[in-house]
Amino acid sequence: MAIELDHVDYIYGEDTPLAVKALDDICLTIPDGQFIGIIGHTGSGKSTLMQHLNGLIRATHGDIRYCGESIYAKDYDMRTLRSNVGLVFQYPEHQLFEIDVFTDVCFGPRNLGLSEEEVRSRAEEALLQVGMPRELWMQSPFELSGGQKRRAAIAGVLAMKPRVLILDEPTAGLDPKGREEILQQIKKLQTESGMTILLVSHSMDDVAEYVERIIVMNGGRVMYDDVPKAVFAHAKELEEVGLAAPQVTYVMQELRGRGFEVTTDATTVEEAAQAIFDCLKG
Amino acid sequence: MGIIKTIELVHEYVRHDEEGNVAGKATAVDHVSLDIAQGEFIAILGHNGSGKSTLAKHMNAILCPTEGTVWVDGMNTTEDDKVWQIRQTAGMVFQNPDNQIIGQVVEEDVGFGAENMGVPTEEIWQRVEESLRAVGMYKYRKYSPNKLSGGQKQRVSIAGVLAMHPKCIVLDEPTAMLDPNGRKEVIRAVRGLNQVEGVTVILITHYMEEIIHADKVFIMDEGKIAMQGTPREIFSRVEELKKLRLDVPQVTLLAYELQKKGIDLPDGILTIRELADELEKLRKIG
Amino acid sequence: MLRDITLGQYYQTDSVIHRLDARVKLAGTVLFIVSLFFFHNFLGYLIAALFLALVIRLSGVPFKYMIKGMRSILFLLLITVCFNLFLTPGEPVLALWKITITREGVYTALTMAVRLTMLIIGSSVMTLTTTPNNLTDGMEKSMRPLRVLHVPVHEIAMMMSIALRFIPILLEETDKIMKAQIARGADFESGNLVKRARAMVPLLVPLFISAFRRANDLAMAMEARCYRGGDGRTKMKPLIYQKRDFAAYGCLVLYLVVSIAIGRVAL
Repeated sequence: MAIELDHVDYIYGEDTPLAVKALDDICLTIPDGQFIGIIGHTGSGKSTLMQHLNGLIRATHGDIRYCGESIYAKDYDMRTLRSNVGLVFQYPEHQLFEIDVFTDVCFGPRNLGLSEEEVRSRAEEALLQVGMPRELWMQSPFELSGGQKRRAAIAGVLAMKPRVLILDEPTAGLDPKGREEILQQIKKLQTESGMTILLVSHSMDDVAEYVERIIVMNGGRVMYDDVPKAVFAHAKELEEVGLAAPQVTYVMQELRGRGFEVTTDATTVEEAAQAIFDCLKG
Repeated sequence: MGIIKTIELVHEYVRHDEEGNVAGKATAVDHVSLDIAQGEFIAILGHNGSGKSTLAKHMNAILCPTEGTVWVDGMNTTEDDKVWQIRQTAGMVFQNPDNQIIGQVVEEDVGFGAENMGVPTEEIWQRVEESLRAVGMYKYRKYSPNKLSGGQKQRVSIAGVLAMHPKCIVLDEPTAMLDPNGRKEVIRAVRGLNQVEGVTVILITHYMEEIIHADKVFIMDEGKIAMQGTPREIFSRVEELKKLRLDVPQVTLLAYELQKKGIDLPDGILTIRELADELEKLRKIG
Repeated sequence: MLRDITLGQYYQTDSVIHRLDARVKLAGTVLFIVSLFFFHNFLGYLIAALFLALVIRLSGVPFKYMIKGMRSILFLLLITVCFNLFLTPGEPVLALWKITITREGVYTALTMAVRLTMLIIGSSVMTLTTTPNNLTDGMEKSMRPLRVLHVPVHEIAMMMSIALRFIPILLEETDKIMKAQIARGADFESGNLVKRARAMVPLLVPLFISAFRRANDLAMAMEARCYRGGDGRTKMKPLIYQKRDFAAYGCLVLYLVVSIAIGRVAL
């Protein structure tokens, strides 16, 4: 039950002088139930990669397998794939179109050809999962606040009951409060329903607390693929490609540079505080 | 009186139902008084819906007060014949980089405001060049805006305002839709304007790390000014910030956590170097 | 897929054609198109083609790039050709089942195809070498006499210019919304016409909303930058005829005289 990418290349405008290699020889295995952060700056190929995973973009070379089956096989059912691998685009609220939130969330399951009863029960479940207050279900999605609109849109994808959920910058444009709420909601999805989550972002700070694995993309290639601590250890290299490790990593490295006996692998404020405290008192 | 001054400013949004009757009222700005001096770098911080954007639109006469008064360089924003002069004095940069660029070529867009003001052709060219250089976008002057990154587009928008020779620039969440690199670019350009060109800057944002260099910070919550002071004063009140659920920079938070553990650090540490310096002092004593 | 439309998108380079006054290019395009409908023989088209080739050469826009833009209208071209080919009455040259192709049909279809192709290439040379702002400025200035009749010339020009600026942005947005809805199981490709039309709703509603939102933002941004219509505005790039523009007018007249004179001679 995993997604495997096998030497995937993607070239924009192949056979033209403007051809750009957006993905370059990507090999990845995404096992079930993981919470993964895909990090890269704009144009690093992370969004392109994400769209490959549910077949919206077809790889130029290489193969992608879902549950061991190649998604490029002749009779492969893309629709089932798309219901299994849910994709939440950046600013997903821009896709809302129905007269009320509930009907909009029904759009996905209805497209799957399910019974009306099943459609409604799925929509209900999805709206509960994202923590949408019941009194808003029958409101026009366009009258909601920014954060609520985004929840409605995420519910629209969740109602397809995906086993893998990919989110592109789900917190873009939200304020800190909204950001935290959405990320916690997503974390809950993973812990409670065992969903595999791929969080695409350009900010390390956002994902450091939540994910168990970080894939760093740069120039269409996988630059690092490891647990957060190991990735942040490359703070200098990350900076060179326009990314940054969480601020505490730099604090620890600065202290280390000044001769403090601290470990430099702290990624959260609590860990860092403990490490400094131990160093001063120890 | 400063360049921008508000006295007991109130703004209510009125919602109408289908028949045009008043269906509801929402107070976005609630009795706000502030006075901003020429040349200052001001940051206004708050959640979405805290009223900060509404407040910004009053500084440019895009909105008119429901109650209270707004003065821009001594001009009352309710005086109709002063509107254009006010907009020329206080330029405005908005959130979405795509929705505020009018020109098809960078330099044409930068000239747009100056054209509207009736500036002679030759002077427009001069102003466009100066403004583009000030934000470091001169070499892109012949580009189509569609080919630029978000941060570059915002710098073009800033140049467009700059070419109108304003005394003050109001930036309404200019970095909200940008990636970290774009954000840095824009903030760098904005600081340059303030320090080199001496333009008064009013930066509206919800990113804490962007306000570190401000002279004064206002924090808005539910239409009111909840906190105000220098960044250091603001950041020394970690508990209050947490209560308002604002992001505190990790260094500040780390210093605060260490204080709680009984380590003797001063309040409101803002940078990595400050923290390291303070810890080094402690080590020497200990 | 939608982004392939290069028609009307300015191609940035520096050439004689790029530097010409927009009014020259406007007049030139209109006259060139008109000339296409005057020819009676292939010599006329040949001269027109040569003239066009020369202009393209001078414009510095790669021919390949221009042709890429044509792809999107190939379909339209094919339909026109088919209509003319099969539906023109006259002397039959080929009869297959119920379809008859006439000599006249072949002739009209061919001329139609040639005219349309040259018309499209001709006008795209204009849009490729003139920034939309410049183009609308040119229109505004050439149409100025209409202001006497209370035609809002400046406003029309400004609207066109803004529309052109937002086309690529809205195309990109369409692409994105389409993908987002496909990810939610939407199907834009199968089913009969009614079903397909209904399938467009999830695409069109968000698109309209976005367009309105953008329009609203833009209006505010324009007002904030002191925009208040065409009166009292100065121009950053005022249109002033240069020597080369008069020379270009000269070439244009020469082309018209030669091509029409030769093109109308019956062979």
